[in-house]
Amino acid sequence: MSRIAARFEKLRAEGRKAFVSYVMAGDPDHATSLEILKGLPRAGVDIVELGVPFTDPMADGPTIQAAGQRALAGGQTLERTLAMVRAFREGDAETPLVLMGYYNPIYSRGVARFLEDAATAGVDGLIVVDLPPEEDDELCLPALAAGIDFIRLATPTTDDRRLPKVLENTSGFVYYVSITGITGAAEAQAEVVGPEVARIKARTDLPVLVGFGIRSPQSAEAIAGVADGCVVGSAIVSEIAAGKPVAEVLDYVRGLAEGAHRA
Amino acid sequence: MPEDRINSFRSGPDAQGRFGDFGGRFVSETLMPLILELEAEYERAKTDADFWAEMDDLWTHYVGRPSPLYFAERLTKHLGGAKVYMKRDELNHTGAHKINNVLGQILLARRMGKTRIIAETGAGQHGVATATVCAKFGLKCIVYMGAHDVERQAPNVFRMKLLGAEVVPVTSGRGTLKDAMNDALRDWVTNVRDTFYCIGTVAGPHPYPAMVRDFQSIIGQEVRRQMTEAEGRLPDTLVAAIGGGSNAMGLFHPFLDDPEVAIVGVEAGGRGVNEKMEHCASLTGGRPGVLHGNRTYLLQDDDGQILEGYSISAGLDYPGIGPEHAWLHESGRAQYVSVTDDEALDAFKLCCEMEGIIPALEPSHALAHVTKVAPDLPSDHIICMNMCGRGDKDIFTVARALGVDISG
Repeated sequence: MSRIAARFEKLRAEGRKAFVSYVMAGDPDHATSLEILKGLPRAGVDIVELGVPFTDPMADGPTIQAAGQRALAGGQTLERTLAMVRAFREGDAETPLVLMGYYNPIYSRGVARFLEDAATAGVDGLIVVDLPPEEDDELCLPALAAGIDFIRLATPTTDDRRLPKVLENTSGFVYYVSITGITGAAEAQAEVVGPEVARIKARTDLPVLVGFGIRSPQSAEAIAGVADGCVVGSAIVSEIAAGKPVAEVLDYVRGLAEGAHRA
Repeated sequence: MPEDRINSFRSGPDAQGRFGDFGGRFVSETLMPLILELEAEYERAKTDADFWAEMDDLWTHYVGRPSPLYFAERLTKHLGGAKVYMKRDELNHTGAHKINNVLGQILLARRMGKTRIIAETGAGQHGVATATVCAKFGLKCIVYMGAHDVERQAPNVFRMKLLGAEVVPVTSGRGTLKDAMNDALRDWVTNVRDTFYCIGTVAGPHPYPAMVRDFQSIIGQEVRRQMTEAEGRLPDTLVAAIGGGSNAMGLFHPFLDDPEVAIVGVEAGGRGVNEKMEHCASLTGGRPGVLHGNRTYLLQDDDGQILEGYSISAGLDYPGIGPEHAWLHESGRAQYVSVTDDEALDAFKLCCEMEGIIPALEPSHALAHVTKVAPDLPSDHIICMNMCGRGDKDIFTVARALGVDISG
């Protein structure tokens, strides 16, 4: 069983919702970023999402854009991000780790080489924003063949007619984007998100997690309450951007995780 | 005639929006349903006689088409070789070829019931064209423009504002066309339900590269007819400047299946195509990658991070190129060369002095290539270059490059 499937089984058994955190690899610098990454599981994070920096993050707001730029300025590369995953895995064999980013750095490395390196490093899943189901031959199908989950985004514009196509080759979990917009923008509303999650769950057995626009423990609790869990990114990245010490960043994450786990 | 179709260079893209390996639909899921809707609407419009009748009427009475095909006699004598013709698309309303495409997209937006138009712009020509057509149809218009370009293209920024558009300076990245396109895409993903993204070049996700090409192909179609009238035959060589590549594709496409017509695209060589990437020559100095919804040649580093190009011409300052050009390059049907800032400036001055035409810096690149090759060609060789924009917007940049102060 994959780490992601095992984690959801455990959460179900405990009757808990999943809390997923996003941080950018290499932000604010490689060493600090690795220290934060290693501390996330003990702060209550159930699944770790690690951003792969890209110069042109078209689905991200200013907070994540700036994080990517800080990481790139510090010399972060896909190679170093995979090295971070290996370092994380040395101390944690159970917490699922998902890479999130854009296609070009992966394409540039070569899909086959990337998948081999990612699997060896201990990557469990991929979220690649600019690969819709229409481009599944590129990375999604090869990733599934390599035993790496391909986690698809479903959005408010994904109507019922299109939903089966979006779910078809999705694995691990479904990431529902709470808003039409970029990361760190409008606030997710539980009363709007709830029926959408139900609509997706009616068509898949996979867990449905909700991300975008969640920025407080209360919001995490409310959104996790209408889904199988929630994802928080920009709010955490803002703490890192503010130069908070690692312990404070992790305390902040703990607060969010506790919010989600109250649901 | 299946054999003809197989051998045609004009049958792309395929159902996946690919020209060979290039093109595609590399966008976020939020945009995907809209892109499919746009493709369906465009397919309907393409075969709708009413749609093209409206386009023709606007092209004739609003844009001033057909634009003249002009024999540059003094320049031809000066170069002492091939006959040089200029397709005068700089005489269009708004001063460039950009409006050909904008009209088509805005008519589509109206068919789709979209009320808010967004656009990206580099030199400002596409932004001005979009603002113009939006004013004509009473549509809200927001133009994303790199902060650096806002500075170097001040006259066009003012024009857009006069036309009622909101100009949003983009400060991310280096503040040029690439960054403007990122922010336009961010706007689109946020306002996807009421907004139409009017892309200015033959790039972006399918169906944009094909759609923009089709709207710009009026250029090449007119050249076929006009050259046949003037010379009784087709030109031997076509030359056009390439940033994203819309004016070039518009000129080239109607000639792709005429093997006797040589086709040359001219990229911006900036300070020279070298390791320092002080240029925008994606085909000459880049490699395939995925950006802004399509796979194409990109300026990028070993890690797949996109590099900022450089060119004196804001309209060519883009690290990618339309996917159909990437395919024509790999298939060998078209040849792609580069021209430096200095060569383009020399051609700019030559055109002013020889022909009384102040060209934009973009077609100055095409003209620079013409000045290199024409002298060695026989006098019965016909070159047609696309004079895709006029140079009023560039006089400040040119003055600066020539060390002349015109600020007072």
